[in-house]
Amino acid sequence: MTQHQSGVPRARGAGTGRLTSSWHPAGRAATLREHTACYGPLPQLTGRPRRELIDQVATGGLTGRGGAGFPTATKLRAVASGRGRPVVVANGMESEPASEKDQALLARSPHLVLDGIAMAAEAVGATEAHLCLARTRDWLVDSVLAAQAERQRAGLDRVPVAVHALPHHYVSSAETALVRWLNGGEAKPASTPPRPFERGVRKRPTLIDNAETLAHLALIGRYGGAWFRRAGRADATGTMLTTVTGSVARPGVYEVEAGLPVGEVLALAGLDAASEAVLIGGYFGTWHDLRRVTDLPLSAAGLRQVGGSPGAGVLVALPPGACGLAEAARILRYLASQSAQQCGPCIFGLPAIADDLTQLAAIRPDGDPLARLRRRLPVIAGRGACHHPDGAVRMAASALTAFAADADAHAHGRSCRAAIRGREGFDQQCRSGQRPDDADRRDTEQFWDHDRRRAGAQFWREGSRRSATSDVRWDAGPQRTALLPVPRPFAEGDWR
Amino acid sequence: MVSQAAPTAAKAVLHTVTRLAGSMHSGSLLAAGGSSPSPLWYATRATGVVALLLLTAAVALGVAGLARVDVPALPRVVRSALHRNVSLLALAFVCVHVITTVLDPFTSISIVSAIVPFSSGYRPLWLGLGAIALDLLLAVIVTSLLRSRLPYRGWHAVHWLAYASWPVALWHGLGTGTDSRLPWLLLLDAVCVLVVAGAVLWRLRLADNGGVRLAGMIATSAFVLATIVFVAVGPLQHGWAKRAGTPGPGAAQLTHAQVTPERAGHSGGSS
Amino acid sequence: MTLKVRIDRTACTGHGLCADLLPELIELDEWGYPIIVDSVPPGLTAHTRRAVSACPALALRLAREPRQHEHR
Repeated sequence: MTQHQSGVPRARGAGTGRLTSSWHPAGRAATLREHTACYGPLPQLTGRPRRELIDQVATGGLTGRGGAGFPTATKLRAVASGRGRPVVVANGMESEPASEKDQALLARSPHLVLDGIAMAAEAVGATEAHLCLARTRDWLVDSVLAAQAERQRAGLDRVPVAVHALPHHYVSSAETALVRWLNGGEAKPASTPPRPFERGVRKRPTLIDNAETLAHLALIGRYGGAWFRRAGRADATGTMLTTVTGSVARPGVYEVEAGLPVGEVLALAGLDAASEAVLIGGYFGTWHDLRRVTDLPLSAAGLRQVGGSPGAGVLVALPPGACGLAEAARILRYLASQSAQQCGPCIFGLPAIADDLTQLAAIRPDGDPLARLRRRLPVIAGRGACHHPDGAVRMAASALTAFAADADAHAHGRSCRAAIRGREGFDQQCRSGQRPDDADRRDTEQFWDHDRRRAGAQFWREGSRRSATSDVRWDAGPQRTALLPVPRPFAEGDWR
Repeated sequence: MVSQAAPTAAKAVLHTVTRLAGSMHSGSLLAAGGSSPSPLWYATRATGVVALLLLTAAVALGVAGLARVDVPALPRVVRSALHRNVSLLALAFVCVHVITTVLDPFTSISIVSAIVPFSSGYRPLWLGLGAIALDLLLAVIVTSLLRSRLPYRGWHAVHWLAYASWPVALWHGLGTGTDSRLPWLLLLDAVCVLVVAGAVLWRLRLADNGGVRLAGMIATSAFVLATIVFVAVGPLQHGWAKRAGTPGPGAAQLTHAQVTPERAGHSGGSS
Repeated sequence: MTLKVRIDRTACTGHGLCADLLPELIELDEWGYPIIVDSVPPGLTAHTRRAVSACPALALRLAREPRQHEHR
């Protein structure tokens, strides 16, 4: 029983959907001509009162597509009424490893995002705009620069957009990290206040929006807010890009109506019928028992009741043979290694809970890791300068809930359900203790070593009190139970 | 033997003390051409010594006292406040030391040379070190009093100057001080050096970075060695006052007095 | 509006003097970093100011905020 509007095509790929209308089947970027043929020319911006566009956005009910889901019109109004000439920053960093939608959008229809930047600049009265990309993705930077060159030849953009390639850490895509880097510092999150919309780049009110949000803005500017509302639900309007991976037959980026039930989105990608759990929202998201969420809408309101949120529209289906705790522990170790090393609870707390979860998952407990987790998780969240520890804690806590039976089994020295069902090779993986992928562990250790050397600058912090990286050994199990590639941590010095 | 040793020892001690007291008196007596020494001169020397002791305590507290060790009798808050108050007290004594020096008629040291290094006529190098130490100490203390109004990193950078002000103050005392040769003062100086070196080495133990730790240990050991060598080659040698740049006719008498303390002690009319 | 203690988490290096001076409001986690338990009751304003100025890293500040914000 669907309450949302149908009629908006939802398959991935070219020729369907709103944002995906101009996506070329071969995967290359849509040229300016193709873009204009698909959507019409960029509306005449100057001369229109600014309020008009912001009102259209408010009517449309557009919310941020970067994960926080903040109402875009509210943000636009706040920046437009700030002190000083506003600055627009488009966030194309996408440092969530499980997400690919922004990369796909920027690679295939860069003009949508660039249109959105132009309109946002007009709406808030900015004369300066920036587009931040990850510098490990040269191909994307080149593609965007090529699109920009096309626009310059056509004399399109009144506000010049500076394209930047930033250091690529997990936390570098936070708003305050972008502002800090643009101000000449490191791409590390900063304490708030002041928030970027009040004082950001060079102390001016700064609008920071996800690339997809700006792409939707570009279409609202052409077709209006009422058009935008025609897709989706009352409490979650428009369409959204989702990245569906894991045990699905056709992993990829899908454009769906906001609020489509989770099960339907997964079915689009060809979900393995035997899958039992799903990670919603990416590494920054939450684990759920599939049966509990399959009928819930993929929206903030819909998932709130189970303690989840769509985040950046990431869905990862847990393969039937995988141990959810093991995957969650792997993700947690990655998140711990990606701390910006600025705040104590994150520096010390995340490795500690990563150790605990690893011990639990590998059934090699040192004491009672489950009790330690329960004690530590509430204490770590909310006490960092950014939300990195909060997300890690939330992900870990959701794993303990969604895989409660497995956690109980592991805590008592038994294999979990997946192993009991006799999945090939898995019993051995759980019981014998598991070794992280050697390169993975070496990189994590190197990362900490780098940090210890860098501690020369923090010499007077009175020594290192972080807990030892876990020496629990993992067997590299069958590849299909390894969910997602965990990117290697980056060498120190790569924050500028 | 034993019974004879005791009185002999006592006599020896008395003799030494008399000589020490005499040598302290003699220099100033002769140099002033026979007029009585100004109390300011003694005050300068005394406050200088006390200031060094207080500065040593302040530096030791700052280096090692604020470590994350639990001493029940001295919680961290107390150590932190102690560091602050001892520093201020040290500054107070340094100010008295400077004022008495400037006012003292024995040497014509102006207030300017107390602040501008190497601009005095009296032992310019060694007094200049004192001026440097004063300037650094003032910088550290003024920025610390204004800490909440300054950016943290700026304050922290200036605070590191304390690592410069203490050795400078020590060498100033050794080089300028009339009393540098006195055994008890040498002992005090040695204690100060041991305390600060010990505090720094202990703190280095907690350092994350092996390179920094090694560099710090080398620097500390080098400084201690250099100080010992300097004392042996400088103040403890004959003719130091002249070599250090003491001006005027008094210099000859001073030298003379320091060379032959016994005669000075006797002729100084010790009572 | 109530008085609250706010921590700059990037500046805090876990010295712990704040917890010594203001145990009613500030506890330390197992790694020595502060957890703010409550907002400042009227009688403890002076002690709170002292704790704020005692922080070696200058990581604390007092803020007047509407009652419903709950961060630690």
